[in-house]
Amino acid sequence: MSKQHVTTTINGEPAEFLAEPFMSLLDALRDEMHLTGSKEGCGSGDCGACSIIVDGRLVCSCLMLAVEAEGHEIITIEGVANGDELHPVQRKFLEHAALQCGYCTPGLIVATKALLDRHPNPTETEARYWLAGNLCRCTGYDKIIRAVMDAAAEMRGVTA
Amino acid sequence: MAAVAATSSAIADAALELIEVKYEILPFVIDVEDAMLPGAPILHDDLFTAGVEPKATTASNIAKRVAFKLGDVDAGFAEADVVVEGYYTTQAVHQAYIEPHACVVTVGSDGQSLIYSSSQGHFMVRAYCAKLLGMELSDIRAMPSEIGGGFGGKTVVYLEPIAMALSKQTGRPVKMVMTREDVFRSTGPTSGGTIAVKLGAKKDGTITAATAVLKFQAGAFPGSPVQPGCMTCFAMYDLKNVTITGYDVVSNRPKVAAYRAPGAPISTFATESAMDELALKLGMDPIALREKNAAKDGTKTAYGVTFQNIGYTQTLEAAKNHPHYTAPLGPNQGRGVASGFWFNIGGESTGAVHVNEDGSVSIVTGSPDIGGSRASMAMMAAEVLGIPVEKVRPVIGDTATIGFTHLTGGSRVTFATGMAVTQAAERVRDDLKKRAAMIWEIPVEAVDWKDGEAVPAGANAGGFDPMPLAAIALKAAKTGGPIIAEVSVNAQGAGPGFATHICDVEVDPETGHTTVLRYTAIQDVGRAIHPSYVEGQIQGGAAQGIGWALNEEYIYDKQGKLDNAGFLDYRVPVASDMPMIEAVMIEVPNPRHPFGAKGVGEVPIVPPMAAVANAIRGAIGIRMPHLPMSPPKLRAAMDAKAG
Ligand code: FES
Ligand code: FES
Repeated sequence: MSKQHVTTTINGEPAEFLAEPFMSLLDALRDEMHLTGSKEGCGSGDCGACSIIVDGRLVCSCLMLAVEAEGHEIITIEGVANGDELHPVQRKFLEHAALQCGYCTPGLIVATKALLDRHPNPTETEARYWLAGNLCRCTGYDKIIRAVMDAAAEMRGVTA
Repeated sequence: MAAVAATSSAIADAALELIEVKYEILPFVIDVEDAMLPGAPILHDDLFTAGVEPKATTASNIAKRVAFKLGDVDAGFAEADVVVEGYYTTQAVHQAYIEPHACVVTVGSDGQSLIYSSSQGHFMVRAYCAKLLGMELSDIRAMPSEIGGGFGGKTVVYLEPIAMALSKQTGRPVKMVMTREDVFRSTGPTSGGTIAVKLGAKKDGTITAATAVLKFQAGAFPGSPVQPGCMTCFAMYDLKNVTITGYDVVSNRPKVAAYRAPGAPISTFATESAMDELALKLGMDPIALREKNAAKDGTKTAYGVTFQNIGYTQTLEAAKNHPHYTAPLGPNQGRGVASGFWFNIGGESTGAVHVNEDGSVSIVTGSPDIGGSRASMAMMAAEVLGIPVEKVRPVIGDTATIGFTHLTGGSRVTFATGMAVTQAAERVRDDLKKRAAMIWEIPVEAVDWKDGEAVPAGANAGGFDPMPLAAIALKAAKTGGPIIAEVSVNAQGAGPGFATHICDVEVDPETGHTTVLRYTAIQDVGRAIHPSYVEGQIQGGAAQGIGWALNEEYIYDKQGKLDNAGFLDYRVPVASDMPMIEAVMIEVPNPRHPFGAKGVGEVPIVPPMAAVANAIRGAIGIRMPHLPMSPPKLRAAMDAKAG
């Protein structure tokens, strides 16, 4: 099967890669672009470990074909921080110890960023439903939700 | 058996399609009680029940019988004013770590091998691979990859030996990755089981007799956690008359693997549900009933140990006084309480402390970090050396670079590996004092160590300026060479863990759906080295227990095929299923650990199923003895009650 040439934008930089027609975007990101922050927990859209943002929308990269990335703007966990400066969501995850094994963390941070970009002032229940597609088996979500609410407050300029 | 290696997974998949397998369908048995019946299809002709008298002479699916006994239960029941009995069942559930199993291996033409894999113990990986492939341990170097959750399920090998065999044949590195479906179908869930419980008590709540009979699924080969299930299920109580009998039973299911506090959540679901029934029958507050019978220092358990320095009554006291316990409840809401016990273990660990030339410190241990243990190691070493924790960098060494270290499991790492690291740091501190004494040309007894500095003491006090660790490190070459220590221990005296959980639920009378409204988990943690990670262990364990209580189960069709091998149908708790989980840490220090630590990771999964069941009993007035307590089961139970 011949590989296809894909031109896209990843984390603000133009990017191109070759992909087999059946290759998932997650595999292309990890294996072709060496962006291994996004993880595969299921490959079927059920765990959210592979979450990325495509044109401002939260997407499971395991469910998108690599060739479908053509012409779109992709943000992965690697593009969330501003250079060496962590995104407030990342900082709050650290401060609240909102991770144990960390396997779910890239997906959860990307999903939280996607939430707060659109809805800067979610209720706890709204945050919980938004993140319901991101499984974490280690933490019981308590510290994750605290980190999310705290990051939201900081980004709105209120001290929680 | 067949295995395929290819240059891409697509080619490997295509090659697998070409393999034709013919199956002969033999009689099979899935259910544990069915497997024990006379005439059940026998899985192994050479399996005879161990632990019975007279010795078994015919093959059986019962691999083992275990029994624990104190006093005389018949006499105890004769004394009882009130007796409760119940029959409880639980289903097989999976650890459901989010990272699937994966490895990369190379076997060189000289036999030297390198394994990168995610496991709870790379020394275990090395040992299994060497044994299965007939190799020397020293020919295999197993590297600890970061691990994306394990919960007991990554304490055995699945892929590594196969990848090694393929690498050996091809002369190429081999990578193997499981799909999520592979993980559910071919890696170990924990047992489902049946538990029959009987309790007798005086009117004042004193338990006069207790019995439990446990039958656990082992999967196709022996090895269920029925023994720890037996040992833990009444360990919270000071019982004079008790018998506990357990059966390890094989059936045509996947071989089970360890899952967080193996066995205890299953058996304790039954015994702590029965305690709730007993409290109801006696008209007693469930915490008061537990206090009346609580194990204390000096209590002898049915499995033989006499407790010391335990904090169970303190968890009950804290539960009783917590505002959660007396908060008002609304319609269709109920509150449940349950306790749990886990031994915690010690065992073999190695820790090394290296002082670098610039005064920073590196720590190496052999324990894969599954929940933040590296941070705790750094904190313990920093405390001993009196330096900021930022100066300490903890890493995990591979099998060739650090001494043998047993698995990360049994809630042992902060205790046992922490002990090795602490002792190594103490040796380094003594060495630093010796070096300072050499530089100052005074006796070592005349040097103290304070806040990361050597200070002259005694007659020399004030005679020299304090010498910081970094200054001593700089002169190491002149004072005897590198400043390092490596300590190996076989740690004994892990302090047992006790927990008491309070759970509020609301049951939707129409759908039978249970919402957990509020959850408080109280636990004796010894001393919390890294309090927010300890809280995280408590919250994570409670959440897994809530999933086990309400949703999770392996569902088989009539042919014995797993129907729900994916996260969509095997539903672990998601963020919107959960409330905040308040972790309350009680500190009854463990005198056998330099900082008083007790294992904390496992006991939090023990009480939740009974806590949820007891809360549901409170909400709808029905005892749910069968897990999971999913909406259809609750609906059916409510319909049956309504007649
Ligand atoms: S890997 Fe994409 S949702 Fe699980
Ligand atoms: S931290 Fe391990 S899955 Fe979330």
